[in-house]
Amino acid sequence: MYNLIGAGLIVIGGGIGLGQIGGKAMEGIARQPEAAGKIQTAMIIIGALLEGLAFGALLLGK
Amino acid sequence: MKIAQKSIKFLALALLVLISATSFASSTDKKHDTQNDGGRVNSKEEISDYIKHHLADSHDFTLFSYSNDAGERKHFGFSLPVILWSSKGLVAFMSSEFHHNDDGHVLVDRKGLKFAKIHSKIFELDANASTVSFDETHHATNAHKVLDFSITKSVVGILIAGFLIFFGFTKLAKQYKTRDIPKGFGRVLEPLVLYVRDEIAKPNIGEKKYRKFMPYLLTVFFFIWILNLMGLTPLGFNVTGQIAVTVCLALITLVVYITNGSKDFWAHTLWMPGVPKLLRPILAVLELAGFLLIKPFSLLVRLFANITAGHSVVMGIAALMILLKSQFGTVGATGISFFLTLFLTVIELLVAFLQAFIFTMLSALFIGMAVEEHEHH
Repeated sequence: MYNLIGAGLIVIGGGIGLGQIGGKAMEGIARQPEAAGKIQTAMIIIGALLEGLAFGALLLGK
Repeated sequence: MKIAQKSIKFLALALLVLISATSFASSTDKKHDTQNDGGRVNSKEEISDYIKHHLADSHDFTLFSYSNDAGERKHFGFSLPVILWSSKGLVAFMSSEFHHNDDGHVLVDRKGLKFAKIHSKIFELDANASTVSFDETHHATNAHKVLDFSITKSVVGILIAGFLIFFGFTKLAKQYKTRDIPKGFGRVLEPLVLYVRDEIAKPNIGEKKYRKFMPYLLTVFFFIWILNLMGLTPLGFNVTGQIAVTVCLALITLVVYITNGSKDFWAHTLWMPGVPKLLRPILAVLELAGFLLIKPFSLLVRLFANITAGHSVVMGIAALMILLKSQFGTVGATGISFFLTLFLTVIELLVAFLQAFIFTMLSALFIGMAVEEHEHH
């Protein structure tokens, strides 16, 4: 039961983080469409780092 | 141009057939099959057991199994060699000798030793024991684990992936001796190789040093990608979802960037310049923990958890047809779970590529951090 609540909290945190990353990246691309490629790559890297953190926490909670 | 279009069309068609075959196979599988040993899947517990069984490695290569009218279990697939290092040395036999038993009731005699398979792990019985006895937590009390070098299902998957990579790329490499543009399947591989070079290796490692690491990055990229895609076929591989495999991949990356670390990298890691002397040991501990533990850990956990989560979600959605059968009837429940599985499998195709890309990208990033030489003013 508690680990399910924990999993929910992790997903909330991860979702907020991914939303921030994706939203800011889109803003950046809208401002500077010519830098879209670079922004996208950086976005994926940061997203992956965040994902690693969230998955690590999920595994530890399991 | 025309030929390229043709091959793209062919690829798209092949992909489509593959996707629908996957969903169909995984859907029908679940109707009949359960764990290795028998029975039908009906309840939630059985479904979760079935998914757990799929996520683990196995000593048999079972494509599907069903119960016939007489109540017998029929298994389709083939057995794989079991190779063990026991207390009396090397022992080898085929996994069919366990007769798909997974709870330690079937014993195999070799060299006067008895072996039993319990939950996909092989145990050697103690000298005077004749059957496996369990304590109340279902742990065997008179048997111990042996060193297991078996050709398991995952090992078969790795061998197939290695075979595909070896033949695909030697063929591609040979073509460059006689012509400028590869033909046939090489035309699909070339853009991917260039993509890894131009988008992953060059920006992260730098123009000067990237060539040395291209073989490693290409190998790891195609290895993970092919194994991820094989996980989506009805063969039911789950290789990149085995934590042992991802641990080894992350360890190889660790060894690569540690052995190639430049003088500046070690100076900055162990004795950071420009920082008060008191702080330097603390920073060294943090930096070492980051490079030796956290970075490989995040690499291995990301790949493992993504593939495991993807497989469990696809299988859980496929199992919806059993849970919804009472509400929607057989056809309705199958239709619902078919389209959801199809949808998720397409997403999984994207994830398969993305995870291979991320693993290669972060490996390149870490290698780039390690080989970088700073300009001294």
